[in-house]
Amino acid sequence: MTAREPGPIDADKLRDDFEILSRTVRDDRPLVYLDSGATSQKPRQVLDAERDFYERHNAAVHRGAHQLAEEATDHYESARATIASFIGGRSDEVVFTKNATEAINLVAYAMSNAATAGETYSRFRIGPGDEVLVTEMEHHANLVPWQELCRRTGATLRWFSVTEEGRLDLSNMDDLVNERTKIVALAHQSNVLGTVNPVRTVAARAHEFGALVLLDAAQSVPHVPVDVTELGADFLAFSGHKMLGPNGIGVLWGRPELLAAMPPFITGGSMIGTVYIDRATWADPPQRFEAGVPMAPQAVGLAAACDYLSAVGMANVRDHERALTEYALERLGALDGVRLLGPADGEARGGTFSFVVDDIHPHDVGQVLDDQGLAVRVGHHCAWPLHRRFEVVATTRASLYLYNTYADVDALAEGITEAQRFFGAVPVREKGR
Amino acid sequence: MRLDAMYQEIILDHYRNPHNKGLREPHDGEAHHVNPTCGDEVTLRVSLTPSGGDVIDGSATVRDVSYDSMGCSISQASASVLTDLLIGRSVDEGMRMLDAFTEMMHSKGEAEPDEDVLEDAVAFVGVSKYPARIKCALLAWMAWKDATVQSMQSVSNDSREGGDVPESAS
Repeated sequence: MTAREPGPIDADKLRDDFEILSRTVRDDRPLVYLDSGATSQKPRQVLDAERDFYERHNAAVHRGAHQLAEEATDHYESARATIASFIGGRSDEVVFTKNATEAINLVAYAMSNAATAGETYSRFRIGPGDEVLVTEMEHHANLVPWQELCRRTGATLRWFSVTEEGRLDLSNMDDLVNERTKIVALAHQSNVLGTVNPVRTVAARAHEFGALVLLDAAQSVPHVPVDVTELGADFLAFSGHKMLGPNGIGVLWGRPELLAAMPPFITGGSMIGTVYIDRATWADPPQRFEAGVPMAPQAVGLAAACDYLSAVGMANVRDHERALTEYALERLGALDGVRLLGPADGEARGGTFSFVVDDIHPHDVGQVLDDQGLAVRVGHHCAWPLHRRFEVVATTRASLYLYNTYADVDALAEGITEAQRFFGAVPVREKGR
Repeated sequence: MRLDAMYQEIILDHYRNPHNKGLREPHDGEAHHVNPTCGDEVTLRVSLTPSGGDVIDGSATVRDVSYDSMGCSISQASASVLTDLLIGRSVDEGMRMLDAFTEMMHSKGEAEPDEDVLEDAVAFVGVSKYPARIKCALLAWMAWKDATVQSMQSVSNDSREGGDVPESAS
């Protein structure tokens, strides 16, 4: 067993900010939360910020001239600035959406809407003969919208394969990325394998052919420092709820010249320039993509989450999770009858561990873990094609965040051993062997 | 202990040694059901014998049920218990058991199931406390219902036309 170095984060102390982490589940078992890949818990500071907005400044933003409306608008736009700065972007590059899924759909629908949106939006046109490139490891959120875009427009869907080690197979990149490629959509970090993809390499090739690059950053922005000016991507999508923020808010970051050349996805109030009875023109981005009264309290909450993460330091979050990841790989790797999907080493890999236990279905593994207070996810984690590629129906997934500890990893390893004992799957190895 | 209440010995026995697993001929109807949240699958076949004459109705006998499946202990054991319970019963009796089983599974652990009606299937009452697992227990039962409805149509068509099993039934 490796030495359990005290990391850059005192997770035990930080956990005081997360009231839910001190509760018990299933008859007084302390909660061990290992499902942050699905959604993170929220610190008091985020909840307070949202409550404070409702209690003191609540009004519909970008409407009305009364004092509350001014304050609400001011808080909403300040939140946008904070969130933009968190990823190294500018305010006018940040569009608020419901979540990462909607952010990706926004781009996919803008591309099919471009077909009928006039010459101004020709940059986003797509049709028969064009290609959309994804990867075999995508979450359904970054796969199904592109399948549907191809179905609507007659374009062709292609994909990168995944190697046995759980890395992107770039061996046929020269064929996959070509003059027909219109957009490459890929995960920054896999929600199943933990794999961090070589975004710059793929983006450089895509840009040689003028293709757009969209990054599903739902599993990276919460966990590592992300700077949009360094990634080489044209669009970045992420969700607030996976990064200590509220539900119901996500972000699409886009290069400003591209957002300006993109037709809207959802139309209605506040996204317009001028409206006549038979036609309308559009506002400039980001308002063009924010129809209806926006989720200002959630934007304020997400900004508070960014402030919280910045105060801890994203480099510290990364290093903390890296240390826990190394430890988890070692503990899980030492268990008989446990097969991890994804990289077995900590290089270019986040703290997400999807595994199968021989002869025990993931539902049953999850049930035994739940009985011991461990919250993990079971199933295909919205990445069915990836599970098919590894010839498994489902996996059990544990995912870490800044509030997790070495003790949580120990509890996971012990819980898996308990599941094996309960189902009599394999002889449990003696300690120390 | 909570786990033991859920994974009763009957369930674990059927899981380890499933009954009637493996698809068999002949069959009148077949249904394939998938649990989209976890990818678990069952393919289940039903064969019926009319109770008399050409008319097929609820009094027909479930001559055979066979299945192939992939999934957790609960879904596997449930399919196995189902075959033990339903083979040899009438369709009407089977549908009544299905209703009783479904009601028990939605009882949030509160049901006091009638062992005279549900026999070994009462063992699944502990599962009904866990909302995420209810679907696992119901998967094979829902497939049985579909396959039986298909079988009834198929057998009726057969007796009318004297023809083969229609394509749509398999």
